[in-house]
Amino acid sequence: MTAVESRPDTTPGVVAKISTFTSRHASVLPTFAAVAILICLLVGAELYFGNFLTPRNMSALLLDNAYLMILAVGMTFVIVTAGIDLSVGSVMAFTGIFGASLLASGVPAWIVVPAMLVAGALIGLLIGVLVQHFDVQPFIASLAGLFLARGLAFVVSLASIRVEDTSLLWLQSTRIRLGDWYVTPTGIIAILTVVVGAVVMHKTRFGRTVYAVGGSEQSARLMGLKVARAKVMVYVISGLCGGLAGLVLTAYSGAGYPRNGIGTELDVIAAVVIGGTLLTGGRGYVLGSMIGVFVYGTIKTIISFMGAEQSWTHIIVGALLLLFIVVQRAIVARSERGS
Amino acid sequence: MDEARPLVELTDATVRFGATVALDGVDFRMFAGEVHSLMGENGAGKSTLIKAITGVLAPDAGTLTIAGDRVTFASPHDAQDAGVSTVYQEIDLLPNLSVAENVLLGREPRRLGLIAHRTMRERAAEILADLGLAIDPASPLGIHSLAIQQLVAIARAISTDVKVLVLDEPTSSLDLDEVAELFRVIRELKQRGVAILFVSHFLDQVYEICDRITVLRDGRLVGEYLTTELLRIDLVQKMLGREVSFFKARERIEAAPEEQEAFLSARGVSSAGIAGADVDIAEGEVLGIAGLLGSGRTALARALTGVDRPTSGIIRLEQRDTRFDSPRKALSLGVVYSSENRRTEGLVGEMSIVQNIALALQAQKGALRRIAPARARELALSWVEALDIRPADIDTPVRHLSGGNQQKVMLARLLAISPRLLVLDEPTRGIDVGAKVEIQNLVGEMADNGLSVVFISAELEEVLRVGDRVAILRDGRIVETAASADLDVDSLMALVARPDLPEA
Repeated sequence: MTAVESRPDTTPGVVAKISTFTSRHASVLPTFAAVAILICLLVGAELYFGNFLTPRNMSALLLDNAYLMILAVGMTFVIVTAGIDLSVGSVMAFTGIFGASLLASGVPAWIVVPAMLVAGALIGLLIGVLVQHFDVQPFIASLAGLFLARGLAFVVSLASIRVEDTSLLWLQSTRIRLGDWYVTPTGIIAILTVVVGAVVMHKTRFGRTVYAVGGSEQSARLMGLKVARAKVMVYVISGLCGGLAGLVLTAYSGAGYPRNGIGTELDVIAAVVIGGTLLTGGRGYVLGSMIGVFVYGTIKTIISFMGAEQSWTHIIVGALLLLFIVVQRAIVARSERGS
Repeated sequence: MDEARPLVELTDATVRFGATVALDGVDFRMFAGEVHSLMGENGAGKSTLIKAITGVLAPDAGTLTIAGDRVTFASPHDAQDAGVSTVYQEIDLLPNLSVAENVLLGREPRRLGLIAHRTMRERAAEILADLGLAIDPASPLGIHSLAIQQLVAIARAISTDVKVLVLDEPTSSLDLDEVAELFRVIRELKQRGVAILFVSHFLDQVYEICDRITVLRDGRLVGEYLTTELLRIDLVQKMLGREVSFFKARERIEAAPEEQEAFLSARGVSSAGIAGADVDIAEGEVLGIAGLLGSGRTALARALTGVDRPTSGIIRLEQRDTRFDSPRKALSLGVVYSSENRRTEGLVGEMSIVQNIALALQAQKGALRRIAPARARELALSWVEALDIRPADIDTPVRHLSGGNQQKVMLARLLAISPRLLVLDEPTRGIDVGAKVEIQNLVGEMADNGLSVVFISAELEEVLRVGDRVAILRDGRIVETAASADLDVDSLMALVARPDLPEA
């Protein structure tokens, strides 16, 4: 009987448990690898510098990378559908300068903040509609989004605009302390975004449809899932995250600047891939992307601790990325052989 | 049985695609608790009819009633809601998601708006257990075999309140055991009163499982028959609409093959999937290869043609030791392989017939010595004529061609480089009976012109009809090589299937 497989042993031996786990969750392995690398980096840095794993340093890790983490959540949605969104860095810059200029002209923050988010979501909607209804390659559609948002940012202002609004600056300046640890509202926003993203991905029909589209769009459609809606929505979510990141970055730097975030889209994609999301779609975790961002941030911190050139960050991240893509290929190849 | 009211009744259905009429005033009905087969050549309108029932396309004219109610389906989703579920030929599931999700996606149990994963696993486990399938519902679908995936697709189809189940070529990628498993499930569903539409190219399977057969030809209804009252030969005749004497047995080479010089002889060839294979092929000989799926048929073909590098063994070509490091090397020595996956490993669907035919020849000549377009067209035209490829317009993109004609284009491409040995891996899979016969005859003609052919097929009759000798594969080994005149389908079947049974 080739058609009937026996279920793994129900009286759980440790080995059986592990084999059940790995057969069920083979796609989590790259994310575990990212966790392992993060631990190695942290422990290694602590041994080398002796003063790396301090509460202050670790708290700063979240603070400095909050915007990246928010962008990574949106990017994970897009990449799981086998798409890509190159516009996020520009969207972040545009919404940032847009918000800063509105605040400078006296518009209250409770209008400005939703306006920034809507602006980001609208650019995402444009990209999503191009991808879904005009059948444009995601790469090209989001490249158009990139230029559009960057252009709009320069239309708003060519120079940086300082933010004086206290409620926006509060997001950054408030430090909720626990001993030597602290977290800012921007950090909380980032963590909340990750949590909401993870719940949506794993616990809602929309989230599962996103995975289904990444697995096989044709099959998902024949199964009667709402494919078109999901494909547009992932870009809207990514745009929304772009707007949110614009808000967080503006609060972080105290100003809007039209040249912010040039090349950030690539950092985000790198973090997402290092976090275990497959560029070909169908597999990936929001939590993994968070780990990816932490790996990226830790490397950056280590480089600045060493006093070396920041370009080394890119070299090391590039090498890691290469390694991860190879590892993912190997895992995918193995699971394909299994079928 | 005719007195009972049909569960599905399609009357006077007409579907047009532009100028062509794909379905012309066809009546079709299905009864609860019956397995119904739809037979016809490719292009007869089978898939169009299926699409009309499953909501993939709306007929231009005609009415569809299900359980007495008149319905119109705007999408497959509507059809599913009305109790019509479909399992497609290419398994349309999601390998990256769990088995449970594949069964219940779109209908997941939820609590407080969020998916309740545990309830979903339990529900899926119940549905799978109903089908006698004990697999872990939380495991990703991709790790399971095609057969299990097929059964999961059926589990998905029947997890709703299913009245009508459409199985489009469900057995094309299954081996004998797996087919038996599928048939067990079908019989069980039949007991529950589900009306099943079973579409297959395999006549044996149709006769084994089906109660009723509807035959289509050129978009028109030929008739509806009870399986028990329709002889096979009559069925084929109705499908083809021409005299069955068209099947012509190939004249055998009378000389015993041992007396001829072997063109290719392989000793102890092993690679992944095949172990210690000895093969001799004489010039102008057709060696049929019979074996079940997974018996090493394709592995042998790939090892002989340099697609996969053999791990051990020697291959001698005209008494000279040869190493096929790559398909390119094998090609240069006149040994060519035609893959069973003509869409993915054969033709370039977007390119025209002429481009596809010229491809291999151009590759052989090298990129710098370009074949003049006029020369390529001339070449293509001659092959289109010689192999009777239709449509004869050589600028048609290959993907618009029927399976049989695609296969012929692939043959033409390989023949254009004047090979000495042609290895055909399931050249007749998934193509209609008429085209099948044409290809079989072509292989015979080629062999008569001195070409050596290795002919692999899952259909034993075909292997016997085409091959001068037949090599029988079982579990990655050649268990016997015999002249096909000494075999008949039953004895061959016994050799292929059950090693421990006495000779039939």
